[in-house]
Parts: sequence; C-alpha cells; structure tokens
Amino acid sequence: MSEQRRVRLFRGTRERGELKEYAVAAGEGMVVLDAVHAIQAEQAPDLAVRWNCKAGKCGSCSAEINGKPRLLCMTRMSDYPPDETITVTPMKAFPVIKDLVTDVSWNYEVNKRIPAFQPRAADFPDGSWRMYQYEVERPQEFRKCIECFLCQDVCHVLRTHEKHSAFMGPAMLVRAAVYEMHPLDEADRREHLRHEGGIGYCNITKCCTEVCPESITITDNAIIPLKERLVDAYFDPLAALWRKLTG
Amino acid sequence: MAAADLRTYTYDVVVIGAGGAGLRAAIEASAHRGEAKVALVCKSLLGKAHTVMAEGGAAAALATVMKEDNWRVHFRDTMRGGKMHNNWRMAQIHAQEAPDRINELEAWGALFDRTPDGRINQRPFGGHTYSRLAHVGDRTGLEMIRVLQDKAVHSNIDVHMECTIVRLFVSGGRVAGALGYFRETGRFVLFRAGAIVLATGGIGKGWQITSNSWEYTGDGHALAYDAGAELLDMEFVQFHPTGMVWPPSVRGILVTEGVRGEGGVLKNSSGERFMFRYMPDMFKGDFADTEAEADAWVKGDRTKNRRPPELLTRDVVSKAINREIAEGRGSPHGGVFLDIASKQNADYIKKKLPSMYHQFKELAHVDITKDAMEIGPTTHYVMGGIKVDAETQEATVPGLFAAGEVGGGMHGANRLGGNSLSDLLVFGRRAGLHAAEAAKRGSPPHISDSEVDVTMQEALAPFERAGGENPFAVQSALQAVMQRHAGIIRDQLGLETALAELDKLKIRALETEVTGSREYNPGWHTALDLRSLLIVSEATARAALARTESRGAHTRSDYPDSDERQAREQIVIKKDGARMTVRHESQPPIPADLAKLIKEGS
Repeated sequence: MSEQRRVRLFRGTRERGELKEYAVAAGEGMVVLDAVHAIQAEQAPDLAVRWNCKAGKCGSCSAEINGKPRLLCMTRMSDYPPDETITVTPMKAFPVIKDLVTDVSWNYEVNKRIPAFQPRAADFPDGSWRMYQYEVERPQEFRKCIECFLCQDVCHVLRTHEKHSAFMGPAMLVRAAVYEMHPLDEADRREHLRHEGGIGYCNITKCCTEVCPESITITDNAIIPLKERLVDAYFDPLAALWRKLTG
Repeated sequence: MAAADLRTYTYDVVVIGAGGAGLRAAIEASAHRGEAKVALVCKSLLGKAHTVMAEGGAAAALATVMKEDNWRVHFRDTMRGGKMHNNWRMAQIHAQEAPDRINELEAWGALFDRTPDGRINQRPFGGHTYSRLAHVGDRTGLEMIRVLQDKAVHSNIDVHMECTIVRLFVSGGRVAGALGYFRETGRFVLFRAGAIVLATGGIGKGWQITSNSWEYTGDGHALAYDAGAELLDMEFVQFHPTGMVWPPSVRGILVTEGVRGEGGVLKNSSGERFMFRYMPDMFKGDFADTEAEADAWVKGDRTKNRRPPELLTRDVVSKAINREIAEGRGSPHGGVFLDIASKQNADYIKKKLPSMYHQFKELAHVDITKDAMEIGPTTHYVMGGIKVDAETQEATVPGLFAAGEVGGGMHGANRLGGNSLSDLLVFGRRAGLHAAEAAKRGSPPHISDSEVDVTMQEALAPFERAGGENPFAVQSALQAVMQRHAGIIRDQLGLETALAELDKLKIRALETEVTGSREYNPGWHTALDLRSLLIVSEATARAALARTESRGAHTRSDYPDSDERQAREQIVIKKDGARMTVRHESQPPIPADLAKLIKEGS
C-alpha cells in the first residue's frame, strides 16, 4: 500500500536556511502533515511545524506546498503525481522563526486594534435580544475563519509589497466584517478601516478568496461591502456637499 | 544556571491554558478586580486550543425549543448520564448557571443559530431529555473560542503564547508561581503569582486512537499532582463513539454527535440498526422501541414519540459499537456505519453539518449526503481531574484552581455531549472569580532560586545526553500500552501489565536524547511532555485497577456489573514522596430533594 515519496522541506531560521530532501513512506489517505510528522519522528526530531486539530478546524499548520498557501493537514499526498517531489516552505508573508514555523504575532496585534463589539441596548428587560437566522447568516460566514492566515500570506499587498504597517489584510477585514455586519453591533469601524486598516490597498484580485480553506467569499462578501460602506460615508458627493454646507 | 536565561513576571492571577475555560477564567479575573494583573498562558497560539474542535454545541436549559426544559431536567440528565457518580453540587451549579453563561456569550457577540422567533436554537443530543444544545452548525467551539478570544484581547490581560509550563511552585502551603519555557526561543520564564488557574484540558494524547491534539498530554493534571494536589476519577476516560476510522492517517478524528442529533443512524455490516439491542435498564422507557417511532421523532414529532437509541449516552454507544466490531459485524475498516444520507436530504445535511461534509469529502473522499460514514470509538475526554471545591474550583492546594476538563467531579463516570462547553463557561467563570479573590490574600510567597535552578537543569537534561532514546518513540510506545491495556474494556491482568510497562517507560523517558537547538524544537517539547503523560497514564491505570466494577466509561471485563456500593466512591490519587498513592473516598450523600428529583423526574 505504501509508496516512497520525496519531500523537500525548508530547514533553517530567519538568517539562513536551505531546502532539505527526505524520503518518506506514504500510505493511503496520507496528508502532507503526516509526511512532515513521519520525518520529524524518525529523521529530524527538531523539525519545527505547528499543528493542533489535524482536521482543518484550527488553522495552525499553514505553510506553502509547491509555493501555494495550504493547510498541511487538508492536503493529500495523492493530490501530487507519485514521482513529483513535494516542496514545503513556510508562509512567505511572515518572518520565519524556524523551519515551517513563522511569526504570525502581527495578526494578533492588528486584531487587537479593531474596535470591539458593541451591542445595542437589549430588546427586552431580561437583557435578551431577538435575531433571525437570515440576519445572522451573513456574519456567520466570516466566523468560519480559522485564523490560518493563508489569505494574508497570498495577498500581494503583504506578500510582495510588505505593507504590513499600512494594511490589515484580508483576514482582519473579515474579522472586522463579522462585527460590522453583526445585527446587534453599533460600533463604527469605518474610520479605522479607512486609515489604520488601509482597506484602500485592496484592489480586489480575489487571491484571498481562492486560498481560503473555509471557502469564505472574502472579497465579494466581506471586503467589497466594507469598501461600499466607506464610499457611502466619505465619497458620496451629495453627502460631501451637505457636510460642507453644514460644517 | 545563568539568571540571565530567565524572565520573571509577577501577576495577581495566572491562568494556564487558553481554551474556553482558561479564557473565561481570565476574563472574569480581570473584570473582577479592575486593578488585577492577569496573565493567560497558552501552549499553542491563542485561539487554537481544543475548544475550537468542539462541534455539536453547548448544553443549557434555555427552553427556547422545548419549554418543558429547566435546570432540574438538565441536572437529572447529567447525573443519570454520569451514572450517579457526579459531584452533585457541581452538576447542580452547572445546570443552574449554564443558561446565563450562554446568554452572556451572545451579549459578547456570539452568533448562535436561531429559532424561527429569533431566539437561540437548540438541538437534541445524546442523554439530554430535551433539545438543549445551543449551536452554530457543527462549529460551535470555534464560535465560542473566537468570541471569548475577542473579549479577552479587549480586557486587560497579558497573553503569553506558545509557552509551556513545566512546574508549579508551592511555598508555605500556598501556590507561589510557575516555571515554563517559550517554544520559540526555548528560554525559561518564571511567573510569580499567588493564584493560579489550571485550564489545560485533557490527557487523550496517551492513547493511539484519539481525537486530541499534541497538546493534550495531561500537563495540568501532572502539575497539580506534583504540587501535592489530589486527582480523582482518573479511571473515567470517555471514548467517543464516533471517530473516523479510514484512511489510517485520520483515524480518531472526531465525528460530531450532532450527526446523530440530526437523525443519523448506526448500522452494522448486515445493515441492522443495532442500538435497539443495547438499551440499559436505567433508560428503558425513555427511548424509541421501533425504527418507525425513532424516525417520527427525527421528523419533528417530539411530543408523541421518543428519542432514537443512537442518542443514548456515549459510554453506552461506544461499548455497543465495540461489541458489534468484536463479534464480527463491523465495517470493512474496523468500524461500523453512521448513516445520515438515508435520513436527511443533501441540502439539510450541508447546512446543519457543513464541517462534517467537508471533513469526509476532503480526507476520506466520502460524500456523507450520499454514503454512510465508517466510524469507531476514539479517546476523547477525561472525566477525572483535579479535586476541587464545587463552589470555588479551588484545589486541595490553596491558591490553585482548576476549570474545564482538567477539573474533576462534574461529569461523574460519563460526560454528556454538550456539557463540556457549558462546563468550561460555568466553572471557568467561577475559577477566575475565586482566583481573583484568592490573590487578595497577599503577595505571592517566595520561590527559592535553587528550586528554579533545579527545574531548569532537569528540563535541559535531554540536551546533555548522547545516544539516548528518541522521545517520539517513547511517546508512541506509551500510547500503545494505554490503547491495549487501558482502553474501552479493561481487566486486572491488563492493567497490571500497563503499570509494569509504564515503569519501564519511566526509565526510558529519563534517557531521552534531544538534538538541535533550544529554538522551537518539537523533539525537546515531546521529551518534556512525557513526564506529564506518564503521570496521568499511571493515575488512570491505578484508578482503573482500584475500581472493581463497571460504571459509565469504565468497563472491567472481570467485573462486568455496576456495584451500587461503589457508586458514590471515588478513587483519589495523591503523590507521597516518589510514590503514587491510591485511596477510596465516599462522596457526601445527594440531598433528599435532589435524590428524589433524579429518581422520579421533575
């Protein structure tokens, strides 16, 4: 049942590193994370890789397989031709810590600065609200986000242009969208999205949507509606005239 | 040891573990004392803890779907599900406070699925009399952890990510602090605190077939044990009935009980719905007798019909599956079939169980809207844990608290599905509250430099050895021992063998060798985790040997029946020098009104 596969892994740190090739026996249904673990257990115990759930639910094992951002636990070895060497490298948009592990702490800092959820006053004296399924479904799509940061990794604004200081990235726009489209929320995040969040940097190439392992329609359902809210608020010519007249 | 190697922080409250219980505890501690300094320490990145994998929902008698529900029914279900072995007061507090904790999550931004009139929707689950699980499709845990995570980052809490604690310090009979290392740098950190909350989850990594991740090595259980706290009920390990069995690389991954809650049925190789044959006496009359009745219940007629037997408690269903397989009626890859395709239409399945659909499609190439899943039992949860006060969650060591899976008593001999997510909210909050109170007892006691130095030297010892054991090989040998001898069915000979094998593994663990640097070195992390795994494995085997009956999740082939005299007896584990001691302790009797409620219903 098992066949020999060749896997090339990035081994090294921020300062220096190289691709090292390993041979691994691939059994039926094996995913790339299994191969990495087999190498770790038998050939390279100090090989660094993050993982937790091994079922596509926690978003820990993000890396790049043959240059494409993927979850290692949800990518089967059999998706690649048997004679092909599979190359696994760390996410490019974040600094390498070691081997396949990157420093993703920037995402947590960005998230912390998104204005917090702020519900409207309760609908009933017992402190409860009523929300309907059709209202919650829209933000529920964004709550599927497992914080794998693959969308951040693929986004050219971050990956190529390294605008981490100016652009919050698709994952954090999705995070803001949860609350912006939450039926109970009353906070206004438009100013934040426009300035600190740098939403204008997104030129809707939809690369993020393509790599999302949770199939969140990031660009169409989260980012574009947020952009529209900003346009309505800041660039509506009638509103601009009104602001001018009324001071 | 160079002091330069060590960073030191002082906090009022340190919470170890950042799943639902740890997050909830940290939020409460920081809210309770605005001026309190609170730290949250997580072994992985924030938001990746095991809570994220919880699927089906959180049990709370909100009565939004079935108005007959209330805390009394929930309490009764919990006690009966726990085979009357639960700490009755914890079960009562849990049932009473769970609705407030769920509503509170909504106020913090949670988006639970809705009823037609706009309230939180609730789904049926194993062992629950009424539809009781607040849920978000089949990704409830993800929703909960994200809401708690965002609440926590906007509270005044310092988060220390990818930091593993290796030792607690106790000084003058009180908790004084904890020593850990950061995975990234391999450097040590000392947290000085007079109140520490353990919320480290479970021990499932001690078995081969498990739904648990690498983190679940029983760290909190072992830290508390080493600090002199008592553990109880360690023989009660829940084997969830439905884990994936094929392909081999996904063996053990959880398949939510929600599949059965939404109408999924269990079948053997001859297509028989076998659960009708496994009705325990305790539940006779509560479940459907015929497939027609069960199907009518699934279709929504829930007042005139009774629940399908697939929704019996997890211990019962796991043992039934185990027997079907053992007697040759299993599926091709050693499981049984779980079929929802013939009971619900494809759109409904995709809407209610989206991540199950995705998981089987991607990992097993099975379309669950068309074909049956192959499933079998998987190690999932430990009911046993640190002995705590029911009201405060304080352990037998002052200043030490425990909440969530690492705490013991609440679930008795078997946990009901959905009671974990509510447990971690209810008792996470209480632990955080009382830890913040305990912090007022005064500044943390002194920790001696020599104790810190010795701990760091021990942790670094594997780097000094040459030609030693591979830590991954030792871990895998331990898993094989526990799977074989301390699994679903146990007996005296097997458990004694397990203890003898664990003794040998203790020596091997002391001979592990680690190569490479201290920076993000999983070989080293695994070598250090072995210490915890060995303690919890031994505790499980010793407690299982001491319980000479079958009850809930603990089944002895040499003592197949329940013994009423042992129903309220707990096996308590404590460290005495280098020795693990075992004693029996009787729980206080259940008050008459609650006993009557359990017996007769409300």
